[in-house]
This record gives sequence, C-alpha cells and structure tokens, in this order.
Amino acid sequence: MTVTFMMDGKEVTAQDGQTLLDVARENGIDIPTICFHEATTANALCRICVVEVEGMRVLQPSCIVKAGANMKVQTRSEKVIRARKTILEMLASTMDLSDAPEILTMMDEYGASDERFPDAVRRESEVKDDNPMYIRDYSKCLLCWRCVQVCADDAQYTYAINFEGRGFETQIGTFFEKPIPETTCVMCGQCVGVCPTGALKPKREFLLEQGKTPAEISVMNTGRKQRKPR
Amino acid sequence: MIKPDRITTTTCPYCGVGCTLQLHVKDDFIYKVTSPFDAPVNQGNLCVKGRFGYDFVYHPKRVTTPLVRRYLLEGKPKPEGREQVYAVSVDGKPIPDSQVSNDWDWVETDWDTALNFVADNLVRIYQRDGSDAMAVYCCAKATNEDNYLLQKMYRALFRTNNVDHCTRLCHAGSVVALQQAVGSSAMSNTAGQVIMNDVFIVTGSNTSENHPIIALQMKEAVQKHGAKMIVVDPRRIDLVDMAEMWLPLKPGTNVPVFSAMAHVIVKENLVNWDFVKNRTENFDEFIESLEKFTPEYAEEISGVPAEDIRKSARMYAKAKNGAIYWGMGISQLSHGTASALALIHLAFLTGHVGRDGTGLNPLRGQNNVQGASDMGSMPFHYPGYMRVDNPENRAKWEKAWNIEEGGLSLKLGLTTTEILSNAHEGGIRALYIMGENPMMSEPNLNETRRHMTHLEFLVAQDIFINESGAFADVFLPATPFAEKDGTFSNTDRRVQRVRAAHKPRGQARPDWQIICDLALRIESRLGVSTSYWAYSNPEEILREMGSVNSDYAGITYERIDKVGLIYPVPTLDHPGTPTLFTESFPRGRGKFHPLDYVPVREEPDDEYPFILTTGRLLEHWHGGTMTRNSALNEIYPEARVEIHPADAEIHGIRNNDPVKVQSRRGEIVVRATVTEKTTVGVVFLPWHFHEAAANLLTNDALDPQAKIPEFKACAVQVFPARESDLPNPEVILDRGRY
Repeated sequence: MTVTFMMDGKEVTAQDGQTLLDVARENGIDIPTICFHEATTANALCRICVVEVEGMRVLQPSCIVKAGANMKVQTRSEKVIRARKTILEMLASTMDLSDAPEILTMMDEYGASDERFPDAVRRESEVKDDNPMYIRDYSKCLLCWRCVQVCADDAQYTYAINFEGRGFETQIGTFFEKPIPETTCVMCGQCVGVCPTGALKPKREFLLEQGKTPAEISVMNTGRKQRKPR
Repeated sequence: MIKPDRITTTTCPYCGVGCTLQLHVKDDFIYKVTSPFDAPVNQGNLCVKGRFGYDFVYHPKRVTTPLVRRYLLEGKPKPEGREQVYAVSVDGKPIPDSQVSNDWDWVETDWDTALNFVADNLVRIYQRDGSDAMAVYCCAKATNEDNYLLQKMYRALFRTNNVDHCTRLCHAGSVVALQQAVGSSAMSNTAGQVIMNDVFIVTGSNTSENHPIIALQMKEAVQKHGAKMIVVDPRRIDLVDMAEMWLPLKPGTNVPVFSAMAHVIVKENLVNWDFVKNRTENFDEFIESLEKFTPEYAEEISGVPAEDIRKSARMYAKAKNGAIYWGMGISQLSHGTASALALIHLAFLTGHVGRDGTGLNPLRGQNNVQGASDMGSMPFHYPGYMRVDNPENRAKWEKAWNIEEGGLSLKLGLTTTEILSNAHEGGIRALYIMGENPMMSEPNLNETRRHMTHLEFLVAQDIFINESGAFADVFLPATPFAEKDGTFSNTDRRVQRVRAAHKPRGQARPDWQIICDLALRIESRLGVSTSYWAYSNPEEILREMGSVNSDYAGITYERIDKVGLIYPVPTLDHPGTPTLFTESFPRGRGKFHPLDYVPVREEPDDEYPFILTTGRLLEHWHGGTMTRNSALNEIYPEARVEIHPADAEIHGIRNNDPVKVQSRRGEIVVRATVTEKTTVGVVFLPWHFHEAAANLLTNDALDPQAKIPEFKACAVQVFPARESDLPNPEVILDRGRY
C-alpha cells in the first residue's frame, strides 16, 4: 500500500511503514540527523530531525514518525529551523564537539552560536582509559544511545553498557561502574563504529592524537600491565 | 582529530567470515579500522580481532630482514642436531644465544644471499633424494595467489604432491565426507542465509568466539526472525543462551547422536521421500545400519537424554527451512569423516539442502582456508579439486605450466601430519613452511618437535619467528595482509579483494614475489624451461589459475572491486552461485554411507579420568603468531583450563588455582577456571599459548580417510599445582566476559 502526501509543497509517495525521514531522503530533501543511524533502531532522542506537520501541536521527529495520507509536512519552516538551531546551541554549550565535524558543519549551516548559553554547566568527565582497545571520553558524548543499541539487540547482544544516572547527570556506563574488561564486554567495538562524536575512540588513534609516534605506540603494545593474583 | 592519508578497503585476515575492513592509515601506520555498514558479509559489524587486532604489523619483534644461520653464511657443515632458536631481541635485531652453538645464530643478510641458499639446498636435496624428499606447507592465512604459486612451485619444479596446509587439521573430515556424499567440499549456502532458517543446528562450533559475526546473524535469526536453534556441543557455549535445545553430548559421540536423530526421522516417518528417491542413493544399505541407533542407545553412549534427541529430530525434520552449521567438534576426531557423514544424512533424509535457507554448512576456520584448498594446496588435488592421480587432470596442468607430457607426479602426496612423521633419512628431507606453525598446531607436540629436529633443511617464510620458524635454516620475511594485494575466499565461497594499506616494512616482500624470485633461481639451477613466474601483479596469477579451474574462471579484480563474487563463477558474465546443489549434486546423487559407532581412540580411565577437549578463544588466533604479538594478548594473556564445579570440588580446585594437566604424552601447568561452561568429566583448553601448549597433551591418532588428528578428545588427569609451577605466575586473566 502506498500513501500520498505533501512535503515542502511537493506531492510525494511513501510505501506503507516508511518514515518521513525515509521519504525525504528518497526525494532528495535534506533533513539533518545526529542520533539516527542506518544500522540502529531509530529513537528520536536528539530531535535534530524534527519537522512541522500541519495539525500536530508540536514538531515531529521525522526518524520515527510514519508517513500518513494527506499529511502536510514542512521540513524547513521557521519553527523547525529555530528548533534545530537551539538544539545545536544547547549541545555546543554543554559538550565538546571538537571530534564531531558533521555537527560543526550543521552549526555553521544553521548559524548556531556556541555562546548562546554562556552560563550552561558543561558535562565534563575524565577520559576512561581502562582497556587496551578503546577509550571513553564522555565529555564528548551527546547520549545518542547508538553505542548502547549496538551492544544490545541492534548487533551484538552483549548488553555491557547502558544509561546510568538521571536527567542532566545521565551518562553511558557499565553496570556497577566496573572497568570494561570486567564487564560482559567482548571488545568488538561496534560501539566505537557508530559513535558520531569521537567519545569512543580506538586506543591507538587516541595515542596518536596525544602526540605519541607510531614507533612509541608499537613499543607500548608489547608490555602488558601485570597484576597480582587475587 | 586525525585526518587519514588514505583509507584502504580490504578483507579481514582472521577468520573465515571474511568481513570488510577499512584501514585508516597515517604516515604508513594503521591507527583505526572501521567497516562499511553496507558490507555484504558483516554489515559494519566486526569482532575484537578485526577491529583492534592489526597492531602485530608494527610489533617490534616482526622480522623484516632475511635471516640465515651463521653456519650457512660461513660455509660450514650443518651443526649436529637442530635447536629451536628465536634469538631476536625486542628491537628486532638477532642476538647470539649463549645456550646454543654460534653456528646456529641468526645472521641478517640480503635477499640474494638468502634465496640463493634456499635454492642451492632445495635443489641439492632434490637432485640427491628425488621428489619424495621434498615437502611444503602452504598457508590458509596467505592469499589465493600466494598459495597457487607455492603449490605450483613444488608440483612443477620438484614434481611432488607433498603439498598440504592446515585444512588437514581443521575440516579435513568434513571435506572428505562432503566429497564422498555430494562431491563438493564447501558450504552449500552462505552464512548470511541463516536468517532464512526456521530451525538450525549448530554443532561442534563455538560460533560466538570463532566466527563472531556469523554468531550475530544466528542470534538475529532467533531474536528477530523467530528461528529455533538447536545447539549440540559438550560445552555450554554462549549460543546456548538463545537456543531452544542444548544437547550436551560427550566429546566424540556425534555419530550416535546424529544417527539417532536420523533413526527418529525414519521411524516417525518424517522423511522427505521425494528428495530421498530423486536425489540420493544407497538408502537401503544405510537404513540397515541405522537400526541399532535408537535414541536410548545414543543416550547411553553420549549422555544426551533420548527424549531431547527425539524432540530435536522432530524440530529439524518438520522445519520448512532447516540447516546445519558445524565446526571442528565434528571433524577433529579419529572418526571425523563419519561424524560429518552423520550430519549429511540428516539433510538427505529431510531434503534440507539445495534451497536458500537450508544446507550443509561447515564453518571454515581461517580467512582463506577455503581459498587455499581451492588453490590445490592439498596432497590429493590440483587447484579446483582435480585429483592428482587422474592423468587427464595432470595433462591440463602440464599444459598450463609448460611441463613435458607425463612430467607431473600421479602419486598422492603426504598430508600435513604425515609430512612431519616422515621426516627422517629416506623420507622428507627438506620442508618449506609458508606462514604455518606446526610446532603449535600439530597434535602431540613433543613428537612433532622430534620430527622437526630430523629435517635436513627447513625454510620459514613468515612475519615473525614463531615456534616452528625457530627451527629453520633460512627465514624469509614476508608481508602480512596489510602490505600485499590479492584475494581471500571466505567460508561462503566469496572471493574478496585484499589490498595493501602501505608499503612493506623493512625489506619484507609479499609472498608471491618471494616465491616467483625463488622459483626462477631453482629453475636456472635445474636447467629446465620455465613454468612462468614473470607475473607483474597478483591478478595475472589468479587469471592463470582460473583459466584451468572453471570455478574461478569468471573472476577478475575489476568484477570484485566493490563486492566479492561467490564461486562457482564459470564465465565473465556469471553472477556467482550463493546456493549450491539446487538441481543435483556434483557427484550426481547424494550418497548415504552406512555408519558404525567408533569410540574416540583414548577413552578416560582411572589413571586419566577426564576427557580433554581443545578449542579457540575470541581474542586469539590459532598458533598465536599474530595475536600473541598484539594488544589482544593483554586482554587474554594466559591459557586457562575450564573445569566443571562438581569436578573441581572433588579435586580440591578453586577458581584461579594453578593446576597441572597431564596426558600420556605431556603435561602443562595453567590456572583453572571453574565454570559450568564445560560439562562434568570434560575439561577444556585453548591451544594458542606456547608456554602451556594444549597440543603437548593431544592425541595424534588420525582419521583413516581424512588423516585429521583427534584434537577434540583425549584422556587427561588434573592435579593441583603450585603458583611457582606456572609459566607466568604474575599474569592473571581479569575478564568478565562469558
């Protein structure tokens, strides 16, 4: 079954079950996304993909809202643009976007300023460097949830990480805050593969950024931390 | 943020799944690996080895300069005895070892010198003792092109079929069984089709650790597509969490369990008679042999409740699409061929083969074990599984290699294990090892060590001096996957590109170039006309092979540039063949083989009351040449023996305690993991760790047809030991994963 509706003043057709984002992409209409990823279940967490649908009270996240007959959708109305700009400004004022070039490009595009909320408390935490494969720098995490999803039912079925804390204190973490090697983690790095902001990063990339040379990194790999039997 | 100089798309060098990797390179250093989410095999998912295990390329112990023993360089006679000398310091420089005669020191040299020593000695031994003194181990890690050339060199120049590789130690039982029953020897369907199964059996495969990405697809099939999984395995592996049934059989009792399932299918008339009548033969004789395999008889032998065998048989037989996936637990037995045949019978009886979402699927271990076998790196076959004792096949390759008529040998060669056990005066005198590590992978290693010392001349072509290379006379530094071009054929029969991410380190050279250079030197010493070695790139090699082996005839590098092709690909416009046997089997009808129960060669007794079964770990790869020289070693640094809590209590063993594991052939000391992952009476050891090598204990009993050793079952005793007996008492595994 197909449905026909209007998007940005143009008549478009959708297959049953397609989201507004799917239809937009098929028709060459650009809707920005951050938390959405083709390999994970869409969650509408970041809200950057919102669109205006006539008759609906609030903006709708296009990554999960299904296309319906006779909908009238605006993907770039003034309200939409203001919402996206504010989301970007809130992100920029609370987290480190230096490893997220796509979001930085979006900020330019929407004229978003990182000084809009000068009094905002920044979500800062120490780099967690607890295993030889990857580091976790949650100062750069925007809680898109992709890492948790691929660790669970979207790929790996390992369930090593989840949200911890509430509200502003929310962070991705392991159960009982155990270091990664002591969790169920199999270190597949699916989480690293879907992280959009560099919060999760291969250890060797991290070391290279810290100014270590390839030769130095190669020697570091040969010595392991020795532990005392417990 | 680091901007890569380039991103090279290639194929993972670890297991047979064949994941697509993107190597991010900066200043000739791979600092990150990603995978595209539209990758045909793995859809962007990787395991710890694929995503993080590439640092061995830069390990300081990697050898990148040709090495020869001092005695060769100084023209002295070979010293008595052959010692295992690593003698390479952390910075990669050879160091003299005061324990050993100076004549055995490694000395750095140039390629000319090293290759001339190799050519001189190989030709000297060949001219003195003939073809039967020559043998070569090809390599399931190397590319198709490398393997094709090495077997060509030995067949064409030394006229011997003593060519084998580690397929003998992994799926030889499955290969022989499939050859006998259907006339082919690869997976009949692709692993990706697992989501089309409604019922599938996983047996003898700890898929989550050994084929991690296929395990994800199996889990997806269960969780998202409603498939039912039956796990038949002596260990409570990770997949059991999602299985409908778990049949914990005693190691080595596959034949009774699967024959009892066949018995149930026949007795309860769940047989697909159309399939049996139209597609198979020898059914009557088979039925007679099946009579005694009642579920109760199987229960008595295997410990699996008869009712569970009945239930599983019904589930599999009644499925719309049923499939079987199996690993080494089936083939690595002294009756490995029979075990695989027992599985094949289930597919014949139910017709669960020849359609999408069904099939007989041996999960191949190495990244290119399928390809190395396809390339003829085996003692009975030319490339394309053409028997060497068939004069018509011989004529084809004589033409391709410019050999006089009747020049190639019709004599079947020796297998991997036989090559070493024949290393003595009048037997094998010279051995060439490309990439393999028999001193870790052979059973009964004390015996292997003795054979290695009896070789007259040994060449190792590798990236590290491993436990086997340490015995060599000449070491030729080759390149790992990241420094060469070529193709790998994965377990799906998918031929995929391997691409160099950067130039070789030091003086290392790609294997195919080393072989061509050496072959020309050998030809000039033999004074024969050339079989052609002047390839300018690896694709020419694949095309030469494909011109005779029709399975690969339609494969060009251009066609597989983006997405690999699944062979058979007989012509340049053929789209590939994901599902085999849709109309008929290569041998015509599928053949039933009457089976009998043969116990494992060494059953437990009062003196050695445990069955030892061996296997692999997620974090390590086989003999450890790559992963023990990687950060992977930091997350799994030691061998551990798994023992069931009930057994541990009786023997007074607690988790982490040091224990001695002893068999009739050897002993090792490791820490114990007390876990219900293993079953009562069965202990498990991984075989990656040289300091506590499981294969010191394993039994070198061979399957009579496939010549595969019985790695999966031998009798051992377990004793408490002292901390100071451990090879590395300060190392302790600290992981939470199952």
